[in-house]
Amino acid sequence: MNEQNLFKRLLADDRGGQALLASLAVIAVALPILNLVVPASSALHVSTYTVALFGKYLSYALLALALDLVWGYCGILSLGHAAFFALGGYAIGMYLMRQIGDRGVYGNPNLPDFMVFLNWKELPWYWHGFEHFWFAALMVMLAPALLAYLFGWFAFRSRVTGVYLSIITQALTYALMLAFFRNEMGFGGNNGLTDFKDILGYSLQSNATRIGLFLASVLALALGYLAARYVVCSKLGRVVVAVRDAEDRARFIGYKTESYKLWIFVFSAVLAGIAGALYVPQVGIINPGEFSPLNSIELVIWVAVGGRGTLYGAIAGAILVNYAKTYFTGALPDVWLFALGALFVLVTLFLPRGIVGLLRRRRMGKTAPTNLVNSL
Amino acid sequence: MNGSVFKRVGRVLRGQRGATNAAEGMHTAVPNEVDTTHGPILYVENVTVSFDGFKALNNLTLYIDDGELRCIIGPNGAGKTTMMDVITGKTRPDTGQVFFGQTMDLTRMTEYQIAAAGIGRKFQKPTVFPEHSVFTNLELAMRADKRVWTSLTARLSGEQRYRIDEVLMTNGLNDLRQLYAGQLSHGQKQWLEIGMLLVQSPRVLLVDEPVAGMTHQEMDQTGELLTRLAGAHSVVVVEHDMEFVRSIARKVTVLHEGSVLAEGSMDEVQNDARVIEVYLGGAPC
Repeated sequence: MNEQNLFKRLLADDRGGQALLASLAVIAVALPILNLVVPASSALHVSTYTVALFGKYLSYALLALALDLVWGYCGILSLGHAAFFALGGYAIGMYLMRQIGDRGVYGNPNLPDFMVFLNWKELPWYWHGFEHFWFAALMVMLAPALLAYLFGWFAFRSRVTGVYLSIITQALTYALMLAFFRNEMGFGGNNGLTDFKDILGYSLQSNATRIGLFLASVLALALGYLAARYVVCSKLGRVVVAVRDAEDRARFIGYKTESYKLWIFVFSAVLAGIAGALYVPQVGIINPGEFSPLNSIELVIWVAVGGRGTLYGAIAGAILVNYAKTYFTGALPDVWLFALGALFVLVTLFLPRGIVGLLRRRRMGKTAPTNLVNSL
Repeated sequence: MNGSVFKRVGRVLRGQRGATNAAEGMHTAVPNEVDTTHGPILYVENVTVSFDGFKALNNLTLYIDDGELRCIIGPNGAGKTTMMDVITGKTRPDTGQVFFGQTMDLTRMTEYQIAAAGIGRKFQKPTVFPEHSVFTNLELAMRADKRVWTSLTARLSGEQRYRIDEVLMTNGLNDLRQLYAGQLSHGQKQWLEIGMLLVQSPRVLLVDEPVAGMTHQEMDQTGELLTRLAGAHSVVVVEHDMEFVRSIARKVTVLHEGSVLAEGSMDEVQNDARVIEVYLGGAPC
């Protein structure tokens, strides 16, 4: 298939997507210039800290995109999606730990510091291979995919739906958090993995590497958006929406609905894993706190605020809420959790379609001629 | 009851003969082909389903002939919907057999396999995909390879579009094709759902209360459509509206407490003493 055509087809009726990709292109050019070229004394200079912060927001945005696929399009309210994010993060974290080599506090060329501290003599079997970037990159996708596949296979086959499914996903991420807290698991326990030195041979402290990671996040988000857009525009995407709205009907016209749910769940987990892998090198640490159920719930709020079932809405929601979080936790740290809770309540009550829904209603006026839809 | 035993024996014999013929290389019983050479397309035999001790179906035996239009009536709780659940694989019978043609054991198949084999079902409450257009609803229902990976790259062929257009003409929704299905009126949803059955090209259509909530005119049109479909398809209609049943029925089966109470033409059934008893109740007026 002609790539140019495919690209055009995906974005033809997608004003939100066009705006998103345009903004990504702008910041991908502007931020590096403002950081590297504009002198630090200038008012226009953007600090490396800010660049990394944006990179973090973008990885959150990719995570929100992943959740929107399963929640907005398939109706699976996963309250444990941060687990896939954290697994991706741990996978890249293990690579970064192996990159430290003998520069750790204990100077052991083979073992990460926490293993030396625990008196371990050799590397556990599941740490092998992580010295190679390609292997870690593979695991970034494979580990979340495998967990999602196993979990989804059991849950969807047993026809667990609705709030029960949400509760199990919550339990899943909680169980993983408890497991990763244990030192014997071999993932650094409480402290997680940190003190990273470099990635692919480039120092994580240097400006250029920071910019590189930021650009990688921009690229991942853009490609992730296009991939998700391809999925929701395909017949598969239409079936997934059909399953969300009338699963029995879909089943009785001949769709094995659990396979569709499983596919979209695994795909979403892979996106979440990639988001985690971009997040960890930019914040410099991954610990079991990332599995905390609270993170997954916050993620749901981002998507709800932006507007689920639109893809770009989830991305906008993630960036806006996290920007607000950065501001509030700095200016009024005590208020943030209340503000977040209030935001969720308000959005649920007054903006069931999120900010995107609000904008659409504005544009369409009160008569809302939403009846004309495009069938590809 | 003699007849049913005879038919059953017939099917068993038929199965053996199929095997012999296959050996001779003359006729192979393809598992995905519905074998109706003996007449009936649907065999429901001695089926019992109980929920917490309550027998929703009680030793129910019923045959639907290939191409016939059958109406099934009965008071509330007679087991009409449970019967459809059993045929479409939603509910597994405790005992008894359900065969599609002479070779396909429906009790061993899942809902989507049964649908793919050629049994379409319309629900009692009209069920369509509200956030898809009328056209997309039909596209999704269309007979096609419905596996996940195929769907990822599937595109409608010209022939498939033509088929959808044809159905849109048949069910009178052509002008509404771009509308969200959720915006249709109750009657239009019923029609869309029937259309969704049609694009599947099923051999058997199970239609649960097709005229509920329809105007008289819509009812007439629906009756006409169902009558037209019979012949090329077998149509099983469950309905409460006696007037409607009378207008389309050739053969009527009355269910009561999970088994067949009477079977025959509408007139025969209406004059059956037991049917009158059940419908008018034992209560003295």
